[in-house]
Amino acid sequence: MRGVTSARQQHQLAEAGEPWWRQRESERKRPNTRTSSTIPSPLCASSLKMACQALQSGESLATLKNESDSLKKKLEEERAKLHDVELNQVAEKVELVSALSIRTRRVLKGHGNKVLCMDWCKDKRRLVSSSQDGKVIVWDGYTLNKEHAVTMPCTWVMACAYAPSGCAVACGGLDNKCSVYPLSLDKNENLAAKKKSVAMHTNYLSGCSFTNSDMQLLTSSGDGTCALWDVESGQLLQSFHGHTADVLSLNLAPSETGNTFVSGGCDKKANVWDMRSGQNVQSFETHDSDINCVKYYPTGDAFASASDDGTCRLYDLRADREVAVYQKDSIIFGASSVDFSLSGRLLFAGYNDYTINVWDVLKGNRISVLFGHENRVSCVKVSPDGTSFASASWDTSLRIWA
Amino acid sequence: PFNTTQTPTTRRGVQMQDPKTGVKSQPQRLVITTIPHAIMGEDIVAWLADRFNIDFQEARSVGCRLVAFGYIYPLSDHKRLVLKPDASLYRFQTPYFWPAQQWPVEDTDYAIYLAKRNIRKKGLLELYEQEQYNHLHKWMNHKWDFIVMQAKEQYRAGKERKKPDRVVFDCQERAYWVVHRPPGTVSAMDYGLNRLVDPNAVEVKGNDRVGRNHDRNHTQSVIHHSYRRCLHCGDVPSRLVKHCTTFKHHDPFLAPCLPSNPWVSDDASYWTLNGAHVEVPTKMRVERWTFSFGELLSDPRGRDDFRLFLKKEFSGENLAFWEGCEDLKWGTAATMKDKAQQIYKTFLARGAPRWINIDGKTMEVTVKGLKHPHRYVLDAAQTHIFMLMKKDSFGRYLKSSTFKDTQKNAISPDEHKFRWNAKKRRPSLSPIAVRQMEAEQRAKLAASGPVDITQVMSKLSKQGKEVAPPAGKR
Repeated sequence: MRGVTSARQQHQLAEAGEPWWRQRESERKRPNTRTSSTIPSPLCASSLKMACQALQSGESLATLKNESDSLKKKLEEERAKLHDVELNQVAEKVELVSALSIRTRRVLKGHGNKVLCMDWCKDKRRLVSSSQDGKVIVWDGYTLNKEHAVTMPCTWVMACAYAPSGCAVACGGLDNKCSVYPLSLDKNENLAAKKKSVAMHTNYLSGCSFTNSDMQLLTSSGDGTCALWDVESGQLLQSFHGHTADVLSLNLAPSETGNTFVSGGCDKKANVWDMRSGQNVQSFETHDSDINCVKYYPTGDAFASASDDGTCRLYDLRADREVAVYQKDSIIFGASSVDFSLSGRLLFAGYNDYTINVWDVLKGNRISVLFGHENRVSCVKVSPDGTSFASASWDTSLRIWA
Repeated sequence: PFNTTQTPTTRRGVQMQDPKTGVKSQPQRLVITTIPHAIMGEDIVAWLADRFNIDFQEARSVGCRLVAFGYIYPLSDHKRLVLKPDASLYRFQTPYFWPAQQWPVEDTDYAIYLAKRNIRKKGLLELYEQEQYNHLHKWMNHKWDFIVMQAKEQYRAGKERKKPDRVVFDCQERAYWVVHRPPGTVSAMDYGLNRLVDPNAVEVKGNDRVGRNHDRNHTQSVIHHSYRRCLHCGDVPSRLVKHCTTFKHHDPFLAPCLPSNPWVSDDASYWTLNGAHVEVPTKMRVERWTFSFGELLSDPRGRDDFRLFLKKEFSGENLAFWEGCEDLKWGTAATMKDKAQQIYKTFLARGAPRWINIDGKTMEVTVKGLKHPHRYVLDAAQTHIFMLMKKDSFGRYLKSSTFKDTQKNAISPDEHKFRWNAKKRRPSLSPIAVRQMEAEQRAKLAASGPVDITQVMSKLSKQGKEVAPPAGKR
């Protein structure tokens, strides 16, 4: 593949979603793009050269920073001249979303304290939730039955995830660990007995997710790192360093050939990582405050983030920039969680002012506000087949909306 | 997490008090004294709705948050921090007591406040305040003389104020403590765990070596990122719009599920009809397979169909190899080396039983990598085979008789408008049970010799994922 590949094959690779950073310099031009824009190369080349020379000659960091700031400004100016077409301009031609009638269809009561996190099972109806008092409950959301319950030895269980097979759950929080509990059909069995301690961090666990199988776990922590673990042995397969503050959320790319994930943290940055090499391949810093949640767009080449600054933003990975901001004057409280509907047209966002806002991803306007929770909404997730979404709240309940 | 909503809320609070454009206020008579600048709940809601162009319900919600945080306090029913959109009266809290000031809320201050009220009139404290008072008296006993002294001092200073000012201040102080020491358990001041990094703290740039390296890396990456960005501002908006448009009718929030959305109608037919390995898929599902190769592969029923097609073309080894690679990548570390060897023997070695056709360079790289196998050793080969299937087999599949037959036989259920009825909800087979059944099937297969996998899968789905309903009910 690195051998004799024709230009056509290279282009095909690019189209197929081969990560751009695997392509060589010469392959990076993208033909057939209507709004294609390439900055005059002399400017880039010379600016880069200057910056690299500065690095080599060992100049002080202050001058280095000035160099990079001025380069950034020059590039922004050049880009502005090229009239990038904005998302909401193209979306003008798209028809409006007709009025949605989303209502609460189920209320799951059973937690005694704030519900901090939840995750759906692949069977589209079961879900797991974790709360501040250490309880983790597995529900059949459809019938409201509680199927399993585990009491963790720690409080503030901020992360929980359902295994792809539906036969185990992972959870963790203030114990700095992520443990996997195999579920059992026997109601009397004590699930804690078979618990497997998988991840070990040096600070609280903020997020966890299984990869494409039950065998690997991806975690994010207050210690500023993310890590990939082998569940069976507890071995650390890869660690991801780059955040300069607590990492609060992570999300795996949905693409079948993708090996990347995105994380968001208290350093206001959203970073995209290559799971293979542990490298931070892209970074976005446009939020004004902590990023509470990151979620990929269904195609995997964009993602949304929710932040304490009250806004949600959409970032495109190929264009490497922010393409939309979802905000309103009347929303002054932080957004805690986001998720996309199946088509990617709707963005559901939960906020600290107890509401859930539904945004039109393309046009950027808010479609509706959903009331119902009596305290902060901590987590919002769309079900695997897109028929509903669940919200977890500090009012100790979960709601399923459709 | 540290509360970063203070600044916008503060701005809001200041805006609302503007005599010209803010909420209109009036003096309120309370017994014999008048409380100036009282505002009605409904006026607050109306102002918010007008100013931010939002509807009544949302304005009320925003107003409630302002009350919960203590920027506005109620004059009557002062323990319930809600905004009533009627003639109930509220006042703006003095900026001194705004949460944005971030005074630490000390128990000592609360003890002084309770003691002061006790001095003024014994038995004035409410039950919950009495409990708090007793609790503080026990735990702060060593400071109690100081506390009582401060309380007396404040009480004396208060008496020197003019009566109207004193009444107002008492209201404000009382409101402040209802916010920070609520009678119930729910408090807007609850902000959860402290994050390790305080966003309000000023960043300190260190001079140490580690810091410098980090800054160097950061600068390099900024340059790198900036350069990269200018080359890649391709057709961003169109791609996103295209995906939304393609999937518009498949999104249950935008178009109705057929026959109905289980969450709305309490009828789970939609899930039964779209089970993982049903024999006859629905028309909508088949349509999704045509959108992209990824959609076809990620749907188990779609993959089954594709596998059937490949078998007829005698190129089933490509899909099998791809699945083997996935298994290697995401599988457990312990068996990884064995798996890699197994895949090599089956698909890559000279004369292998299911030899796959990849170009010489990729083969060379792969075989070399297999000397020291790691979970990504087959990445290059896997991508090559994936692209082959995507560019070649997928197109032929869509034109094949296999697909056309499936498409023809696909069902399109009618919409039924069942009404919500909780009694109709039935439990489903647990994923644990399903996995056990699949494992048993696989064991039987291994014992009895090679069998078409799609037959096995459809048999499993015929057994149904739903527990059989009680006889007589349907």
